[in-house]
Formats: sequence, structure tokens, C-alpha cells
Amino acid sequence: MQTYPSPEALRRLPAGVADVAVVFGTLVLLAAVAQVGEGAFARFQPPAVVPEIDLDPRNLPYYAARSTLRMFIALGFSTLFTLIYGYIAAKSRWAERILIPLLDILQSVPVLGFLSITVTGFIALFPGSLLGLEAASIFAIFTSQVWNMTFSFYQSLRTLPQELLEATTLYRLSGWQRFTQLEVPSAMVGLLWNAMMSFGGGWFFVAASEAISVLNQDYTLPGLGSYVEAAIRAEDLAKLGWALLTMAVVILLVDQLFWRPLIAWSDKFRLEQSAGANAPESWLYDLLTTARIPRLIGDWLSPIGELGDRILSQLSQPRLGSAADPRQQQRQERLFTQVLLVLIGAIFVWIAHFIGTTVGFAEVLLTLGLGLLTLGRVVLLLVLATVIWTPIGVAIGFNPQLARLLQPVVQFLAAFPANFIFPFATLFFIRTHISIEWGSILLMALGAQWYILFNSIAGAQSIPTDLREMAADVGLKGWQRWRQLIIPGIFSAWVTGGVTASGGAWNASIVAEIVTWGSTTLTATGLGTYIAEATAVGDWPRITLGIGMMSLFVVGLNRLFWQRLYQLAEDKYHL
Amino acid sequence: MNLDRNSALIQVEEVYKRFPLPEGKGEFTVLSNISLEVRAGEVVALLGRSGSGKSTLLRIMAGLIPPSQGQVLSNGKPLRGANPDVAMVFQSFALLPWLTVQENVELGLQARGIPKKERRQRALKAIDLVGLDGFESAYPKELSGGMKQRVGFARAFVLEPKVLFMDEPFSALDVLTAENLRGEIDDLWNAGSFPSQSILIVTHNIEEAVFLADRVVILGSNPGRIRGEVKIDLPRPHDRLDPRFKSLVDYIYTIMTNPEIEVTTEMAVQPPVKEQVSSPYAYPLPYARVGGISGLLELIVEQPEGQVDIAELAERLRLSVDDLLPILDAAVLLGFAEVLQGEVHLTEIGRDFATTTILRSKDLFRQQLLERVPVFKSILQTLEEKRSHSMRGEFFLDLWDEHFPHAEAERQFATAIDWGRYAELFEYDALEERLYLAETTPEPVGVGQTPRE
Repeated sequence: MQTYPSPEALRRLPAGVADVAVVFGTLVLLAAVAQVGEGAFARFQPPAVVPEIDLDPRNLPYYAARSTLRMFIALGFSTLFTLIYGYIAAKSRWAERILIPLLDILQSVPVLGFLSITVTGFIALFPGSLLGLEAASIFAIFTSQVWNMTFSFYQSLRTLPQELLEATTLYRLSGWQRFTQLEVPSAMVGLLWNAMMSFGGGWFFVAASEAISVLNQDYTLPGLGSYVEAAIRAEDLAKLGWALLTMAVVILLVDQLFWRPLIAWSDKFRLEQSAGANAPESWLYDLLTTARIPRLIGDWLSPIGELGDRILSQLSQPRLGSAADPRQQQRQERLFTQVLLVLIGAIFVWIAHFIGTTVGFAEVLLTLGLGLLTLGRVVLLLVLATVIWTPIGVAIGFNPQLARLLQPVVQFLAAFPANFIFPFATLFFIRTHISIEWGSILLMALGAQWYILFNSIAGAQSIPTDLREMAADVGLKGWQRWRQLIIPGIFSAWVTGGVTASGGAWNASIVAEIVTWGSTTLTATGLGTYIAEATAVGDWPRITLGIGMMSLFVVGLNRLFWQRLYQLAEDKYHL
Repeated sequence: MNLDRNSALIQVEEVYKRFPLPEGKGEFTVLSNISLEVRAGEVVALLGRSGSGKSTLLRIMAGLIPPSQGQVLSNGKPLRGANPDVAMVFQSFALLPWLTVQENVELGLQARGIPKKERRQRALKAIDLVGLDGFESAYPKELSGGMKQRVGFARAFVLEPKVLFMDEPFSALDVLTAENLRGEIDDLWNAGSFPSQSILIVTHNIEEAVFLADRVVILGSNPGRIRGEVKIDLPRPHDRLDPRFKSLVDYIYTIMTNPEIEVTTEMAVQPPVKEQVSSPYAYPLPYARVGGISGLLELIVEQPEGQVDIAELAERLRLSVDDLLPILDAAVLLGFAEVLQGEVHLTEIGRDFATTTILRSKDLFRQQLLERVPVFKSILQTLEEKRSHSMRGEFFLDLWDEHFPHAEAERQFATAIDWGRYAELFEYDALEERLYLAETTPEPVGVGQTPRE
């Protein structure tokens, strides 16, 4: 308990100044959204007239804003989807048995695969306008964000503390009150964290989805990604540099103006009953809490909220529970499982039939071979990234000051879309005559490696000082020290990093195995190229086959490799 | 308050609760034939060890879980869904960390659709009653444990329930804080300004039950059943220094440590429903670590006559019944100690075990284990029959699963592993989840061969 004002409180802005800042900031934001949004929705064009990208760097803020708007629209949809899907999966035992495995599969489908599959449909949905392409792009970003968030929300709902549930039941909270007072708040911290991470990953896909070729036609949406694409075609390095800088500024701005305040706000939703040692801070959040206007508006709106709460509560009264007969329930469940199995079997038969009649099973073997090639690249990438970055990560993690300094940098690098760097790498490959067959590994690593580094740092930090002192005391040195202390100590963190990196690498393969600089196109043999080429010519059966094969590889790798490592990490190397 | 002294607020009529065992292996009975009444103006304590189903009974009475058989009447009407006449104080406080003290207290009123202004006033009154004024806008994480539980009480008080349920409300608090809060709640009750007509408290703390309750209902384990009740015929507030207080506590300790003893009251005692134990896996091992058992024995052996009063022991060790009694049970099961009239004393072997070297104490432990706990003989036999002298742990876990709910089966397994490892009967590889026969089959113990320390 503090009865005296903290030094931070004294340093805060006086309320009046804060109010002015809040009002001004809100107005600027509204004006910007209106300006950019108009461009996105009002300008209808026939598909023949593809909007030109103007390479003048002065247009960059506008393009950046268009890309950012897409990201936020996708985030909005992701949140909505998460709340509905996660809620249904957690509440209904029947739905859970379909929705959760389905989510697991969807999560393994490469994000750009969703783009390939849906883009023709979206274009057909809005004939004569770019809205279809806009929707496809937003959908691609949506698929890159949403699965993580949904899983996190579902997990939180399933792990609510028993006594809190009992308290809300006994105090007869309505379904709506339970949702707003217990379920969403307790999921908030995890949900926000996952949303922020996925949002960072989303930049990659916004860039990849703004300029794509479908059905032998190049489509372009105004945005940062298409600006980069145009600069590549013009072989203009300086413009690329400007785009890179803009991207960096946008990532920093979104972090400072959106995520930091939200994370700081969400700290009160932690379920631990004691105050955390270091609460996250945000200057913008401090500003908003200091200003009086937000609070006044809140007070003014509270009767409306009260009324809404009462109406929705009326509609969702708690039911007088009488539990069903468990034996009958078991019988129903068995029946349900059987129906489900038959259904899955039918789908498999249908897929086999589809492949057999369109491309033939020889093509399946071909994609399998290509998949193995790409798998080889992913494995090599993981090995290289581990060998290079783990020692560096451990060195950083063991030095607290360095870690505090570098961790945000690494986080930023992980969020930075690697495909912005691709052109530089491509140019390098062309000049040095490095084969793209090997070079694509480096391209895939540009995004994926940071997860290994990031988690190595975190893993090294989690090794207790006691253990490190003990190791020094008994004279563990060199390889012995690594084998007995460091590798076991960072193992679970490394597994987490490895899973993320491998997922990212598979996703990236679709754009990393086939790259362009000006009129030169470098093509590597692999499943990523196969999908990209099939998408370009709109070859439906091959798109489906390629993506199905890649998903199979990802699921197989997860089940056979990563899940076992997770188990090992849990059982043996749990610190 | 004290208006209709004899009107029953909640009646439990022949209630059973069974949970299905995994994979259709039948059912596990948690509560068997429970009949109970809570009348207006009384404080009732439900006292039992872990596994007696006391918390389950409380939740059935609160309408949070339905009984498998029998019914609960609240205010004369059969209960369906959450009991509207009841508010509960939880062991872990169950506060929403993102709501302030005031908002937490208002939660139940909000659910009843009471307008904001009235909500505010009633909440302030309740907060005042538990001595938390000034903390209305604090968040739970800013409060100490004792203050959090005060919020828990205020949240229940504000609803003015007919019966206040408390589920081990003081057991998550440190000793001094618990003592203080318990005293204040008792004062409120004695002063007649308590916002409910009756109190039902679940506890495993015998002193707490005698201090707070007018009536202590004692539950037995496996399956949970009512063994009887003890009237606390002391003037309120119950004086701990009263010799009658002490003898009541001792009496209840004696009952709790002897499952066969009959509880003498005017109420008819139901005969204990003894399950026919057939498989060695059906007989529950008390959940105690070897370290705990030998620690306890070493403590007792230092006592003047090698014996000690259980209530005194619990007080000195600051251990609750749930922690102390399993260790005591284990010592009795292994033939190291005996309990008579609330006193523990060591047997000859127990004395030997507590004073000898570690190697010999292992021998003694092994000897007692094989002689007195049939499940170990059975495990050993299984391992010997296998050519590899090893077996998956899951095989044994499945055997326990047939008699216990899975969580309890896992506890049984963990206890058996702990004891068996100490006795060097078998080894367990946690990563492979396999049991191995210990490599050298130990020689039988000859008494007095090893020199004593």
C-alpha cells in the first residue's frame, strides 16, 4: 500500500496537458484512418487497370498506411473469430472434438497456401473492383494471426480456476456477465501476447500478398509490399532502402502506440494474486490514464453500458442445471466418434479420387520428392541457425545488462518482414553466382533464425545462478559445461524456438525458393516453388496437391519430431 | 437471527455421490448415505480428513454439483441448480483480480440486477463490516492474504444469505492472520449482527471446528460417510482455556485417528460401510513420504516416555490434520507406532527404526513393508515373473485405477514408488516409466546383527 505519491506520479504530466494531447492524438488518428480508408474502399477499378505504384518515396507514408490498415482490419476479424470459435470449442464437448483437431490442421497449412486457394474466389466475389484482392490479402493476414490467438483463448477458457467458476455459478452470473467479467479478462494476457506475436509475423504476409500473380495476371494493391515489388522490377536499390526504413518506422510506431499501451493495460488481468515484480510500462498508457477526458467519457457512457449489460444478461440467464445420465452420454459420444471417423474417411477417399482423376499419382510422388528437398533445406537451416546463434544467445543471456539491451532488438528483427531483405540477398546471389538451391536456405533463415536466437537468450536467462556457480565450482569447462549445464538448461526454450522457426521456414519457402531481381528470376527445386508456380498459372489441382503435401510435412514433423522433443523437455529438462 | 431455532434451512436426505472410474471400470463412491440438517441460528462444522468428501458435500448443498442419489432441500424446496439461499467463502478467496474490492463485492448484486446506486451502498456497508473501509478501490493483488479473505467475506455478506458456507476459509492464511480473522468472525456471530442466519464451515482443523461450531459433524473416509456428531456444549465465545474445550479437542482427535471408534451422541450412528477389500491394490496407502515418517518417529522417540499427545504434536509442528494424520497412519500401518486415546507411542521396531543407521533402517522398512503391506508383495511377484525383471509403470497404475479415481491412483502409485525405492525393493526409471527389480535381492533381516549407533 502506498499512501504517498510515487516519484513516477510526481513526474507525470499535469492532467490538462494530457487532455490536450489525448484529444489532438485522437483527431489525427481519425483523420488518417478516414483518408487511407477512402482509398481502400471507395476507388473501384476494372481489373484491367491495375493501380500503378509510384516509386516516389514521398508516397511511402500513404502506402505504409494502406498496409497497416489491412493489418488492423485482419486483426479485428481475428479477434472476433477467436472469441466465437474459442468460446464454442470450450463450451460444447461435441464441437470441441471437431473444432480443435480442425484448428490443429489449419494451423499447419502454410499461410500463403490460403492465399493461393482463396484469391481466385475473392476476385470473383467482387467483380470489377480491387476489393476482392483487398479481401484476399486481408484474409491471408488473418490466417497468419488467428490460429494462435484462438488456441490461446481456448486454452484459457479450459484452465479457468475451479473456485472462480464456482463463485460465478453460485453468485448466479448470467452467461454474458460470466463472459465479460471472468472468461475474457482471464484470457486477456495470453490473448494479447499471442496477438502481438502473430501481428509481428503478419508483416511478412502483408508484403507477400500485395503483389501476386494469379491466373497469369499480376495483381497489385497499393501498399508497402507492392512498392518493394515495383522497386525490384525497376532494380532501384535506393528506393528499396527507403521502403526498408519506412517498414522499420511503422513497426516501431505500432509497437509504441498500440501494443505497449495494451500490454501495460492488460497487466491487471494477470491471474496471479500478487503484484508482479516488473509491470510493463507505456508512456501512452500513462498519458491516457492521467487525462480526465477518457474517464469523463467512460462515466458518461456507463448508464448505456449498464443497460446493455442488463439486456444481455436477461438473454443469457444461467440454466438450472440437471446433469445428463453419464452412461447415456457415453453412448452418444461413441456414436458421435463413429460418425466423425466415417466422415473423415469419406473426405480422404474424395481427395484420393480428386488427385487420381486430375493430376495422377505420379504427381503425388513428385511433390513428395520436392517436399523432401524443402524439408532438407528446413533441417539444414535449423542446424545452421542453432550452431551459429545458440552460443551467441547463451552469451547474451548470461549477461543480464546485455540481454536487457538486446532483447527488444531481437524482437524487432523477428517482427521485421524478411521478404523486404530478399532483393538484397538475391542481388548478392546473382553477383556471386551462388546457386539459389543453397541460397534459398539463407533466404528462409532471414526470418526464421531470430526465433532460435531469441529463445536461446530466454533459455540461458532461465538457468538459475546457483547452477551456474555450481558448474564453475566443480570445474565444468568447455564442452563439459555445455553438455551438463547449458544444453539441458536451454533445451525447452530451444524446442519452442525450433518449432516456431521451422513453421516460419515452411511458410517462407513459397516465396524464398523463387525470387526475382529485375528481369532475372532464380528458381530452386522444391515444394515452395511448385506451389508458387501452380498459383501463378491458376492450376487448381496442383495448388491443392502442393499445399496438402506441405501441410502433411508440417503435421508429420510436428507429430513425429517436435512433440516428442516437447515431451522430453517437459519430463526431463524442466527447470 | 435466533428466531425459529428449530426450523431447518437446508436438509440433505440420503445423498450419495459416485464418480465413474475411467474406461468404464465401474464407479467410485465419494459420499455414501448422507443425511444432515442445517437449522436456523447454529454454526455447524463439517470435519473430516482428505478423502472424506467434505468439500464435495458442501458443493452438493450449494447446488454446484448434483448428487447421484437422494436430494437436498433448501428452505423446504428441492434444490435445482445453484442454491439461492447460500453464499460461499472460498479457500483460495476466488476474487477476480481485475476488479477492485468494491466491484468484487458488488458482483453478486450485479448478477441480481440491482441498480448501481443501491449496489454501491450495500457494498460499502459490507466492506465496512469486515473492516476494509478505505480499500474500496484497491485491487486484490495489492492486499495481503487476510485482507483478501475479508473481501471474500464481504462479497458473501452483501447478499445476506440464509446460510453462509465456508470452505476451509482460513487454511490458506498464515497462523496469526488466520487466528485474528477467525476471532473477528466469531465476534460478529456472537454479537448477533451476523448477516446470515446460520454458518456451515468445512474444515480439517479440529481446534477451529471446536472454537467456531455449535455442532461438529465428523465424516469418515472411503467412502465418505457421517460417523456422528459432537455437540460443543460450551458458552459462546468458546474459551480455549476451558478444560472442557481441551477434552473435546482430545476426544475428536481420538475419533479421527481411530476409524473403528463409535462416535457417542444422541444421534444414531450409522454403521460404517466397510468395503470388502479383495485385491491388494484396493487398500489405500496413506500419502506420506518416507522422510516424513522417519522424521515423525525420531521426534517421538525423543519424548520422555516415547509417546506424545496428537493434538499437542499437531500444534507444535503447525501441521493440519490432513498433513499429520497420513504420516501417522503410515507409521501405524508399518507397525512402527500405535495410537491409543489420542496418544502416539512407538513400538519396539519403531524405536529401532528411529534410532539405527540408515542401512539398517532400510532393512527394517523393507521387512515391515513385505510383512504388512500386501501390495508390495504383489508388485515384487509381478516383477520376478517377468523375464526382464521389469514392468511398465502403467501396468500397476491401471490396477490402482480399478479401485480409485485416476488422480488418487496416481498418488497411490507415487507413494508406492517412494516406499519401494527407499526399501530398495525395486527401482523406477521416471523417463521410461518402468519399474525394475532391485539388482541384489536383499538378505532377510536378522535382528541385532548390525551394530547400533
